[in-house]
Amino acid sequence: MATLVQEAVPAGGAATSSPAETVTLRLWRGDARGGEFRDYTVENLGGEVVLDVVHRIQAEQAPDLAVRWNCKAGKCGSCSAEINGKPRLMCMTRMSSLDVSEPITVSPMRGNPIIRDLVTDVSYHFAVARRIPGFHPGPPEPDGTYRMSQVDVDRVQEFRKCIECFLCQNVCHVIRDHEDNKPAYAGPRFFVRLAELELHPLDTLDRRELAAKELGIGLCNITKCCTEVCPEDIHITDNAIIPMKERVVDARYDPIAWLGRKILRRPAPTPAAEVASLTPAGRSGEVISIEPRTPPGGPA
Amino acid sequence: MSLAQHLEGPARPATVRVGGPRGGPPLSTVLRRDNWRLQPVLVALGLLGFVAYVVWAANRNGAFYAGSVGRDYLSPLYSPCITHSCISSGYVWGGWSWWRVSPAWLILIFPGAFRATCYYYRKAYYRSFWLSPPACAVADAGSTGSGLRQHYSGETRFPLLWNNIHRYTWYFALIFAGILTWDAIAAFRFPNGIGLGVGTILFVLNAIFIWAYTLGCHAGRHLCGGNLKRLSQAPIRRWWWKNVSSQLNAHHQLYAWLSLFSIIVTDLYTWLVASGTIHDPRIF
Repeated sequence: MATLVQEAVPAGGAATSSPAETVTLRLWRGDARGGEFRDYTVENLGGEVVLDVVHRIQAEQAPDLAVRWNCKAGKCGSCSAEINGKPRLMCMTRMSSLDVSEPITVSPMRGNPIIRDLVTDVSYHFAVARRIPGFHPGPPEPDGTYRMSQVDVDRVQEFRKCIECFLCQNVCHVIRDHEDNKPAYAGPRFFVRLAELELHPLDTLDRRELAAKELGIGLCNITKCCTEVCPEDIHITDNAIIPMKERVVDARYDPIAWLGRKILRRPAPTPAAEVASLTPAGRSGEVISIEPRTPPGGPA
Repeated sequence: MSLAQHLEGPARPATVRVGGPRGGPPLSTVLRRDNWRLQPVLVALGLLGFVAYVVWAANRNGAFYAGSVGRDYLSPLYSPCITHSCISSGYVWGGWSWWRVSPAWLILIFPGAFRATCYYYRKAYYRSFWLSPPACAVADAGSTGSGLRQHYSGETRFPLLWNNIHRYTWYFALIFAGILTWDAIAAFRFPNGIGLGVGTILFVLNAIFIWAYTLGCHAGRHLCGGNLKRLSQAPIRRWWWKNVSSQLNAHHQLYAWLSLFSIIVTDLYTWLVASGTIHDPRIF
């Protein structure tokens, strides 16, 4: 299966035995008022990642270049961008994996509003996070502790690898290509969060109706782009989104499951509004609007 | 109002504004340099080819059983054969005289629904036919000003909402996998006892691929154990979920295609043998 993480290097390209002497990065420069690609050519030192080269350009040629970064080790999720059109972490993309015989395009994440150059506004993702109720364990055991088996948390631990780079949110066409869905859609990273909580052996909340009515899991058409771009190799679609979709089917669309709940006197799915009222956004009545944010200094 | 009153007053609804101009060129500009068109085109050709073959094979309504040439081979597109035309073909089952068209159309409803609602095939046809999106980080058909779909509703409305019946189609798929297994066993039956023909091998491979595809189904994986909060409390279901469902599910795409090809090859071979076009070599 094709993956966005690995990029083929053409035979005889500069990435083989004789590296090119220079490399050209075509960086997006601009802000909310507009922008353009500009080429920057620097010496090809070899053994670098894209972020290293961006930093050298910043140090030597464009000191006003805006780029967000932090750990340079693929763990903070700050340096997300689109390299030759593919959403990736700049710090985890080796120059040797790219064809340097032509300029390498580095653009900001095109799913988010631009702030400047390679830096985008990720407010939406944090607004979504405030709409998901956190961990709600039941009462502890008589000795005051909680116990769970490793086999019960194996599934959940995969989701803890998420570094919140938001590459999955950026590539998800539901909001990338249809911004009007943002107020009613959570996106892959937060379906992972939902699955992490729903599959947790000690959690007691039922977020299935919330997932369907408030967080728009039905909008996801499982085309797996989120999985393809995940730098942590989380199987977002197979292990998080589809299990959540199947749980929503249990709650909403399966007549046998409905009949079973009636016969066995099991509780009905918890209404979305009830679960939403437990969240920070629910308590304050926070809503998401796709109108542009007014910058601190007034309209741009 | 004092500062304390102001701070402790009722929370006012807050609006988080998340919109604004995007950076980079317009989304309709594809920056990818790899051959991103190849995969959706190949998938579209594969699926269209399969549909075209199945329409032809179903309308054939003949030479689907090789009993007349001494082989107990029944095409998977015609199994279980329960209509009147099955008896006339020499097959022992059958009897539904009210069904006038090809029996394949009666049977194909069930595996057809299973594959149409399958999570893998959904990805395949959303990418290749809906172009929603055709490839990752490539604008989908509704966002490029084409006017095809200005508002995207995903699987929240009819007809795509009906993809949620997938688990029910899986129940039927299990029955059909059992029937095709029986056909594979029957393919060892030769006029003078047990034997092995080239066709037998194809029928066995077909049954294996069908089972691998069916047991790796995402809905089945959920029902087998994925729906449990505590897998430790159901050791048998946990074992099945971990060692069977999840293992096969990891290769669901592969088995989806292998089983698709094996159905075509098995049907084609049965037709060639039953119509007398080729002779089925007997290995022992």
